[in-house]
Amino acid sequence: MKRTPALAIYAVGAYLFLHLPLLILSIFSFNSSRFTVWEGFSLRWYSAALHDSQLTEAAWNSLIIAAVATLFSTVLGTLCAYGLWKRTSRPLAGSLYLSLVTPEIVTGISLLAFYQWIFRFLHAQLGMHTVILAHVSFCLAYVVIVVIARLRTVDATLEEAALDLGANEWQAFRYVTLPAILPGVVAAGLLAFTVSFDDYVITSLVAGVDSETLPMVIYAIARRGVNPVVNAISALIVIGFGSLVMISERLRSA
Amino acid sequence: MNRLRAWFLAPTWTVVITLFLAPLAIILGYSFLTRGVYGGITLSWTLESYQRLIDPIYLEILWRSFWIAGASTVLCLLLGFPLALFISRAGRHKNFYLGLVMLPFWTSFLVRTYAWMFLLRDTGLLNTLLQKLGVIHSPLPLLYNDGAVILGLVYGYLPFTVLPLYATLERLDRTLLEAAADLGARPWAALTRITIPLSAPGIRAGAILVFIPCLGAYLTPDLLGGGKSVMIGNLIQNQFTTARDWPFGSAVSLVLMAIVMVLLFVIARGEGEGLL
Repeated sequence: MKRTPALAIYAVGAYLFLHLPLLILSIFSFNSSRFTVWEGFSLRWYSAALHDSQLTEAAWNSLIIAAVATLFSTVLGTLCAYGLWKRTSRPLAGSLYLSLVTPEIVTGISLLAFYQWIFRFLHAQLGMHTVILAHVSFCLAYVVIVVIARLRTVDATLEEAALDLGANEWQAFRYVTLPAILPGVVAAGLLAFTVSFDDYVITSLVAGVDSETLPMVIYAIARRGVNPVVNAISALIVIGFGSLVMISERLRSA
Repeated sequence: MNRLRAWFLAPTWTVVITLFLAPLAIILGYSFLTRGVYGGITLSWTLESYQRLIDPIYLEILWRSFWIAGASTVLCLLLGFPLALFISRAGRHKNFYLGLVMLPFWTSFLVRTYAWMFLLRDTGLLNTLLQKLGVIHSPLPLLYNDGAVILGLVYGYLPFTVLPLYATLERLDRTLLEAAADLGARPWAALTRITIPLSAPGIRAGAILVFIPCLGAYLTPDLLGGGKSVMIGNLIQNQFTTARDWPFGSAVSLVLMAIVMVLLFVIARGEGEGLL
């Protein structure tokens, strides 16, 4: 097949379209002016972001929520993927698939309605716990998909061999299959972390006064217009997420 | 095996039932109830929330959502197809080029939307640049309109079309193209009569994958449309916050869910289920 130069030129344009906006935003986060005119290199917006207590507190909340939600969704999702790999369950697989395609706004308001209904019987209110539960729920499907894709590359006869040699089912899982899928599990965890950390729509609906997350603060500022401090945080998020995803991709193909 | 498997599935079942299915059941119930005087819920059954949807104001929002999601989907396919074709012919660098498409996709959706606000607003980079160059004298209204929303959605979901298109183009039988060339077909004829028809599954999958999230979009129309470009997602959010009409908000949510499910299970015949 001969290479078509027109196609290659188009591809360059498409990649510029995909990457330039984030690149430009990151470059301007180092601009010393608060306006969109380059005046010189400066770290003042990074320093301003680090000294803004609302931002740092929200960043902490986001990290805590994402870490806890990742831990739970990865463990639960891995076990679930293993169970589905052994023998699929259409109702469960279908529900997880549905949760993945449900518009976020619908997931968010249904959780809000659910929490409010539960709170009639319990003395509780919206807060970190409601956000974490929501995140575990929507991260699960991502984890199951990534782990099950990895499981499909595993030779099922290895477990049979282990069972023949006297291992029980748990041992066969723990010492044979789990080590083989571990890179996939870690990749799933990293993915869950980025999905959780980034969520705005669902989080903003089920968050309480003590659980404002970083995307919520960014969103509030963005709605009022553009702010160089947000440019700086955005650049940090892009770099952070980019590294996580690249690690995750490496692990998935490892 | 069955006992261990049951223990392994149980926690996820618990989460899915309590935090996904039960909440959906609750809004299903709410959608048939009546709004209370102070915005609460009154226990009297009615179909009023569904009947209100026929109001021209809401039909227009529905229509606008379909229009914006449809336009974004078509643009994604048009922009994504040549890119997928390029990647499928890129030889041993395929994975690198594919990764380059997916990378921005996994970096924060919110930040990517914000990046366009930075570029498009009145004092944003594009307007500043154009004014400096003397092309325009007053800033162009690039932000806060339907066009900006569509741009944001296309930018956000382009990878969703490239992936399935690439997957089908990759499997395409090259010998068919060689045969066509031998028989005198020009590249354009080979493209329109062989490559495009044979990549129909990828086109359908890509279209559904983009159309569904675009239809339910909330964040993009809110930030880039500036409240002027109201879509279904914004209507739902508004009913649960400012308007405090939960039954109506629930009814709209369920209609949206119904549309999504029809698209997925009837038109796409649950293709994505193979993932699980």
